[in-house]
Amino acid sequence: MKKLALTLAALAFGATSAIAQDVVRMGSEGAYPPYNFINDNNELDGFERELGDMLCERAELNCEWVINDWDTIIPNLVAGNYDTIMAGMSITEARQEVIAFTQNYLQPEPSQYVGLAGTDPSVIESGIVTTQSNTIQAAHVAETEATLVEFPTPDETIAAVRSGEADAVLADGAFLQAIVDESGGELEILGDPLLLGDGIGMGVRQSDDELRETFNSIISEMKEDGSLNELIVKWFGEEMPLFD
Amino acid sequence: MFAFCADPSALPQWQWFACYLTSGTHLAFYWSFVVVIVLILLAAPASLLLGFGGALAQRSRYAPLRWFGAGYTSMVRGVPDIVFFLFVPIAVDQSLEFLMHQIRCPDWDLPIRRGNDFLVCPAAKVPLSTSPSWVHDFYAFGLALLAFALVFGAFAANTLRGAMEAVPKAQIETAEAYGMTRGQAFRRVLLPQMWVYALPGLSNLWMILIKATPLLFLLGIQDIVFWARELGGAKTSLYTYPHPDWRVWYFLVVLIFYLLLTWVSQFGFERLMGRLSVGQATAGGERMRKAGL
Repeated sequence: MKKLALTLAALAFGATSAIAQDVVRMGSEGAYPPYNFINDNNELDGFERELGDMLCERAELNCEWVINDWDTIIPNLVAGNYDTIMAGMSITEARQEVIAFTQNYLQPEPSQYVGLAGTDPSVIESGIVTTQSNTIQAAHVAETEATLVEFPTPDETIAAVRSGEADAVLADGAFLQAIVDESGGELEILGDPLLLGDGIGMGVRQSDDELRETFNSIISEMKEDGSLNELIVKWFGEEMPLFD
Repeated sequence: MFAFCADPSALPQWQWFACYLTSGTHLAFYWSFVVVIVLILLAAPASLLLGFGGALAQRSRYAPLRWFGAGYTSMVRGVPDIVFFLFVPIAVDQSLEFLMHQIRCPDWDLPIRRGNDFLVCPAAKVPLSTSPSWVHDFYAFGLALLAFALVFGAFAANTLRGAMEAVPKAQIETAEAYGMTRGQAFRRVLLPQMWVYALPGLSNLWMILIKATPLLFLLGIQDIVFWARELGGAKTSLYTYPHPDWRVWYFLVVLIFYLLLTWVSQFGFERLMGRLSVGQATAGGERMRKAGL
């Protein structure tokens, strides 16, 4: 109670200065390397952090990052707790009913199934497949014959496959590749990659046309001068689809 | 933290752990223990105060006040905690913003609710977008504290009302016979004696409060549980300190922390009960009298 009163007092007295709309609060999840993750210095890091900072610099906006749980990341954007989402979020029709997206800053990229080494790929169709909840991959698995098991964080989906709770995990290939590479042969990619969604874009409120246009034009600019491709190669390697 | 941490991949094991356990994220993890303890220490008196108010309201001579007290306790007690924890911060936040909007932006002509969006003018944002991030953290903490105080206050109100009614009627009658007013009898006779009846219920509430603190995580505060899950998860070599899934160890630490906290409180409550029972007409007080304490 006391702290709340203090904060309110601070707000009432301290913060009446000029209203600067030039602070943009950028929401991210911080649990999906290499897209976005919290590094060991407790700072948000990853492809989207670097891209977001570049976008803000070019737009001459003052940006501040906010970490938010994945499952509430859209409601909190809509409620105005922050102004954008950059969290490896694929542009889908279902999400577009609630929020708006800028143009994509990553091409639709392959999603992969990963299971313990030696798993029969038929589990994709008939086994237990785990995904992070509220993702494009979860929507896809729900439409197949496989049993869907969802977890709130990406890390828990991998743990479920390792412990045998699920036969396979479906997630973005770029996220899974590093995990498979470092598993020492414990995990392997199953079946063929899938192309889901329309690529990854920045989520903004539907009413925030100005902000969307600002970022749209800078993303175009970065696509044209090749700096976006450079950044993609830096974080994801050569195999990631680039922009022409 | 330490000079030798510059290249952790080449360190012997104990030094690797020394670096790992003092990384920025671990310091945030340790800090979250402080946050939880501060929350408990602030939420307990706040809910006790609300509970006391609620109990007085329920015993009031004025019907509207009685209805208010009864309404508060039965509403909060009748709704799942989690629903309340999710509801209070959003409701308070949006009503504050709505109020500020009316005050600061009377000329704003756009609607606040546009489709899915809840949008007030930039000057009415609570906290302002321009505020530094610690203000946002403080604010979130304050809202969480308010939610905890409201929920636990309702339970405390019932416990305290029960305790007030458990003080033998003869005590109050005697006080009145001595010519004390209603208020004097309450302050001098009822108030000092009610705590021994309230304590078992309040100690229950305290334990439940301690154990409810992981709900902070739901409110977007990076608490112990958040960090245990975040730090324990398997880390690839993209991180400075890659390691396999260590969640079980982190959760073990959290478990021990909560056990210690409740164990210490149990001990504290036993001492307090002993102190309050002295000279009371209760079984505990009688035992102490016989033992000559």
